[in-house]
Order: sequence, then C-alpha cells, then structure tokens
Amino acid sequence: MIDLDNVAYSYGGAELFSQVRLSLAAGSFHFLTGPSGAGKTTLLKLCYGELQATSGQVRLFGEDAAMMDRDAVAMSRRRIGVVHQDCQFLDHLPLTENIALPLTVSGREADAEANLGDLLGWVGLRNQAAQFPPQLSGGERQRAALARAVIMSPHVIIADEPTGNVDWEMSQRLLTLLVELNRMGKTVLIATHDMNLIRAAKSQVTTRVLRLKDRRLMQAGGEL
Amino acid sequence: MKFDISRVVELIAGDPQADRAVPPTGFTARLTLFTAGAMAFLAVFAMALSFATGRLADRWSSELARTSTLRISAPADQADAQVRAALAVLETTPGVAAARALTPDEQRALLEPWFGPDLPVEDLPIPQLIEIIEDGTGYDPTGLRARLQAEVPAAVLDDHTRWREPLIAAANRLRSLGWVAIVLIGASTGAMITLAAQAALAANAQVIRVMRLVGARDIYIARAFVRRFTLRALAGAAIGTFAGMFAVWLLPSADVAGGFLTGLGFQGVNWLWPLVIPPLAAVVAFFATRAAALRTLREQS
Repeated sequence: MIDLDNVAYSYGGAELFSQVRLSLAAGSFHFLTGPSGAGKTTLLKLCYGELQATSGQVRLFGEDAAMMDRDAVAMSRRRIGVVHQDCQFLDHLPLTENIALPLTVSGREADAEANLGDLLGWVGLRNQAAQFPPQLSGGERQRAALARAVIMSPHVIIADEPTGNVDWEMSQRLLTLLVELNRMGKTVLIATHDMNLIRAAKSQVTTRVLRLKDRRLMQAGGEL
Repeated sequence: MKFDISRVVELIAGDPQADRAVPPTGFTARLTLFTAGAMAFLAVFAMALSFATGRLADRWSSELARTSTLRISAPADQADAQVRAALAVLETTPGVAAARALTPDEQRALLEPWFGPDLPVEDLPIPQLIEIIEDGTGYDPTGLRARLQAEVPAAVLDDHTRWREPLIAAANRLRSLGWVAIVLIGASTGAMITLAAQAALAANAQVIRVMRLVGARDIYIARAFVRRFTLRALAGAAIGTFAGMFAVWLLPSADVAGGFLTGLGFQGVNWLWPLVIPPLAAVVAFFATRAAALRTLREQS
C-alpha cells in the first residue's frame, strides 16, 4: 500500500530523520510512537503525500510519490483516510457536510445520502448531524473525523494522535472503531503517545509498534 | 477550438457544493463588484468617445472631401468680372458638379463669430468666395489651378486638403485612444480581480488545506473561486454599463453648432455596443481568477 524506502526528511537544513524504511501492507495495523518533535506527524504527512521526502523513495499504491503530479496526489488521498489530532473541519459547514466532504470533492455527492446515516450511527453521532464543528465536544469531533476518513472506503487509515484530546473511555471507543476497520481489511497507521492505547489494541488485534527516536525509525522494544 | 455551450452552462451553474465549501469573503466580493462596475462605467464613456470621434472623422472625411472653395481677391471694379470668369471656368471643368458665389448674407454669417452681426461686407475689401461641389469622380486640382492662373489670376483654390487631413488624422487618433483606453480598462479590471482573488484564496488557506486533505483537485477548488468572481464581475459590469449608458443618454444631444462634446454618445444600433462590456468583463474575470487561483494553489502546496 505505502512504502518508504531509505527516506530522509530535512527542514530548514536540519535533518528530522533519515534511513527510514517502512512498509504498510494491506490489512496491517501499525502504531508509530516517539517523543514530541521526533517527526511523527511529518512521517505521516509523507505517507499521505502532503510532504515530499528530502531523499529516498515514498511509494503510494506502487507509484513514486516524487513523480506524481498534483492530480495524482489528490487521487491517492482519496484512497487514504486521515484523522488529525485537531480534526481539520470546515467550521461553516454542518457535520454531515463535513463528513461527506471527501465524496463531494470527488463528485460522488449522491453516495453521501446512502452512506451518511449508517456512518453517523456507527460513530454514534446521529443526534449531532445538523450541528456545526465548534458545537461538538473533543470526542465527538474525533469520531466525526474518523467518519470523514472512512466515508470513501479508503484502503488506508492514518490517524495522528486521535485520542490526544479525549478521555480514556472515548479513546477506547475510537480504538474499537479503528480495530473494526482493520478487521474489514483496512490498513491502519496510528501515531500516538498513549501506551495504554497501544496495549489495549494489542489485546484485540495483531499490531506492529514502531518508534521514531534519534532520527531513526525502529521496532519498539520490550517496554510494551 | 469548438465552442461548447454546455461548458459555459456548467460554469454558470457551477458546483453548489464547491461554492458552499469555500465561504465567501465579504470585502473581496464588494471590491470585485465595485471595480467591475466602475471600470464598465468608464469603458462606456471610452466607447462613446471612440464612436463620436469616429463619426467626426467620417464626416470630415466624406463631406469636406466633396467641397472646396475658390477665393477671388481682386480690386472692387474687377471683382464681378473675375467671379464670372471663374464660374465660367468651373462650369466647364470635369468633376465639378456645381459652383456658386456666396451671397453677401452668407459671407456675413461666416464672419459673424468674429465681427458680430450687421457687418457691411459690401463696403469692405473682403474676397468673394465661390463654393465648389464635386461630383462622384472629383476634379483635378492641379489642372484647375493651372487654368485659373491663366484665366482668373485673382483666384486662389482651396481644396481643404491642407487642414482637413490633420483634422481627420487627429480624430482617428482620438478614436484609437478611446479603444486603447478600453483595453487598459480591461487590463486594470483583470489586475484588480486577480488581487481580489488572491486575497480570497489567502483568506481561505485553511479551507483549501482541508479540501486538499480529503482529495480535492486544484481545478475543483479553483472552480469555486472562478465561478464566484466571474459572476461578481458580470453583475458589477452590468450595473456599471447601464449606469454609464444612462449617463451618456443624459448628455446634451448634438446641436446645430455641432460642437464635439455635444456629439459624444451613441447613435442607432451603436447603443448595442456597450452591452458587450459585461460579458467581456466576465471573460476577463474568468481568466484572471483561474490563472490566479491555479498559481496560488501551486504556491500553497
């Protein structure tokens, strides 16, 4: 699905990380951990084509990301559902239109009618459908972001600190949704600081935990 | 390139969802409307100027080209004989349709702007003027001058060429300047709309980022801005054009004196010409916004 081969990324002349090798196979479940500032969000952005690697090769669905034109990047993003820590909603649109936005920009508005009801029920937001993002709680926003990420039925779900702003109960609920998606065959990559979340996930699904530290990506050790 | 009306309809109809996703920014909407309106208003006047000077040039060119003047400057006792001789020469000159000596009243009317009414022209040693009207083929001025020099030495032929040509050239240049002004107005409109579009894109940077994250192509995002600015320019230019046409219509109509400013305006079917300004403004806005949007989106990535 997504492969990083000997990838490095520098910003302002400073190397954030290098020699990164990562392969997200279909149906796999990965966690990405590491201290703040290690470059987890940057690594995720490389995985969905928002940033270009300074060196090395990033392949999105078999295509070299560096060789993809802007339209091709947009098309690949339709196959990757992204959940941000700050959710990234359009505050002037109601929740339903925000969740349906990936379908809207793909010219598939008609599919929204069919999918939205079930999706809102799945994330438990039926009653909030007409509300606007600023009216939602942190947990509701995260679930809405997850609903938006999966509405296109993407192959890959990438989540950046999805439980960063929610309590333990809500983080468990979000994890359950992500595990369900993985069982449906979706590839999942989650960046998180939350070791409890990782432990909870390991009890439900086979995961691979990666750690980004000292500018290198490695398999996490026995602390888990 | 084949003209596809469905593409135009698609543009005007737009994508309501894309429009909803990009919230309108109030100041850019007002700026675009005002700019398009003001520029269209000025364009109407530039167009009116071009048409007026065009008419002037055509009139000078056609009317004055068919007339000329013969001036008889002779002592009083010889004047009548010289006039008769000149008329005789003119009657036998090929290309001359008619020739007649101006009456004292007509000569008095010509001098009235400088000397006032009741000038006793009969008592003054002023030349007698003969008006010559050419037929369709025209006469040979060089040959006529040679004959007059031999038979009517007191006659001086003025075929108006000397002062008519610079006047026509000036009028034609003024007409060209009017069209240049219209082009400059169009370019200024494009520049202002480009700035407004860039401001709108900058104000919506976060919206654009979110749309990209969910897979929106640049052309989809640009389309929302392009349609909005095109319709604003069309509406603003329509208001400005009709205001300009109304203002031109209020100008005094051409009077007998035929002063240039009183002739500024449109005549007949020329009143339809200003109606091309709003669609042209929309076309300018379309291309200006499209270029600005795609360039800005490229730079923002």
